[in-house]
Amino acid sequence: MDRNSNSYIFIYSIIMVVVVALALSFVATTLKPKQEKNIAVEKKRNILSAIHIESSADNAELLFDKYITKMLVVDVQGNPVNGIDAFTIDLKTELHKQDAERHLPVYIAKIDDGSTKYIFPLYGKGLWGPIWGYIAVNDDMNSVYGTVFAHKGETPGLGAEIETKEFQKQFDGKTLFNSDSVFVSILVLKDGQTGAEEHSVDAISGGTITSKGLELMLSDCLKQYMNFFTKNK
Amino acid sequence: MAFKNWRLITDPINKNNPITVQVLGICSALAITVKLQPAVVMALSVIFVVAMSNVIISLLRNTIPNRIRIIVQLVIVAALVIIVDELLKAYVFDISKQLSVFVGLIITNCIIMGRLEAFALANKPWQSFLDGVGNGAGYGVILVIVAFFRELLGSGTLWNYKVIPQSWYDAGYANNGLIILPPMALIILGIIIWIQRSRNKELSDN
Repeated sequence: MDRNSNSYIFIYSIIMVVVVALALSFVATTLKPKQEKNIAVEKKRNILSAIHIESSADNAELLFDKYITKMLVVDVQGNPVNGIDAFTIDLKTELHKQDAERHLPVYIAKIDDGSTKYIFPLYGKGLWGPIWGYIAVNDDMNSVYGTVFAHKGETPGLGAEIETKEFQKQFDGKTLFNSDSVFVSILVLKDGQTGAEEHSVDAISGGTITSKGLELMLSDCLKQYMNFFTKNK
Repeated sequence: MAFKNWRLITDPINKNNPITVQVLGICSALAITVKLQPAVVMALSVIFVVAMSNVIISLLRNTIPNRIRIIVQLVIVAALVIIVDELLKAYVFDISKQLSVFVGLIITNCIIMGRLEAFALANKPWQSFLDGVGNGAGYGVILVIVAFFRELLGSGTLWNYKVIPQSWYDAGYANNGLIILPPMALIILGIIIWIQRSRNKELSDN
């Protein structure tokens, strides 16, 4: 058959595409369970990191079971919702729902000194893609115990700095409510901007949009838990 | 192994090196050489992709319609890269996070398409395999050398193990933050090219 005829080219490409598609879907399905497990472990490590517990891929599950004593699902009214596994909730899909239909996970941790920390998931937009994280709050439902942030593809050296411990450490000890018990969240401020010391951290130079996205993510995600905060204070 | 076949592996590692002589695949050499571990994983991934795509293209070389040969090459390289990416995500998740987009970008690594066009389309599978391994290794060697210096000087570690003793730091030694940034990779690369050219006169232009 003539290798340059149109019909040969068509048949050739069709066969090639089918073979490649079959091979790829086979690989993807076989490896999927392992990849999902990795993602779950990563999530556990992130949650642990919010309460300042360093874990490795090997001991994450063990430590998670040890420290995270309870996982709750609440609605925006702060009432518990039963029958849903908090760990499998995808915050991104919940945020697309109407307020009343949202299922919000809360992780409750008991750390070594015996105190209880509440961990809330966060999800928002950075410059290039999604950013997410966890914030651990002390049992006064006001002061921050620890945070962890991650991102999909922020600029290395600029926006991606939100992933560093140095940036995350700034949040420790900040408070979410002012002295009149009004929710102010935590602001991410650039040089020259002023804000109350206990409610603000320094932004990343050169990473303004990521910093602002992070600020918005904090206030948007935490706002949903307002009723939960009030009920558990 | 015949001498000629052996040359297929040794040439690209030294005097026909894809990075230092042909100056291909520079971007990834700058981007993922901050630490040794990702550099080695990247090197192995590239060796796998070049060698396998070379073999596949070489097996198909008498059937590929000339007019769509670039598309066929792209499809095969892309499929192999996706397979590598999936494998990394399943078995070395941490490293796959560090490599992130660069695994996907293996597709655009000029070395791969270059070898397919220049070698695999005209040679037998075994020779093509050796050529692929050689070129992948030539790329990998440079990556590892650059990563070695960047990790040692930039982070004071090698393969994530601390090699610079704490007493040095106490005495005032500091890690060089500049080495971490991509421009320094280019400078290290330049030094490697300089050393290679001064040792091998064949490579210098008149």
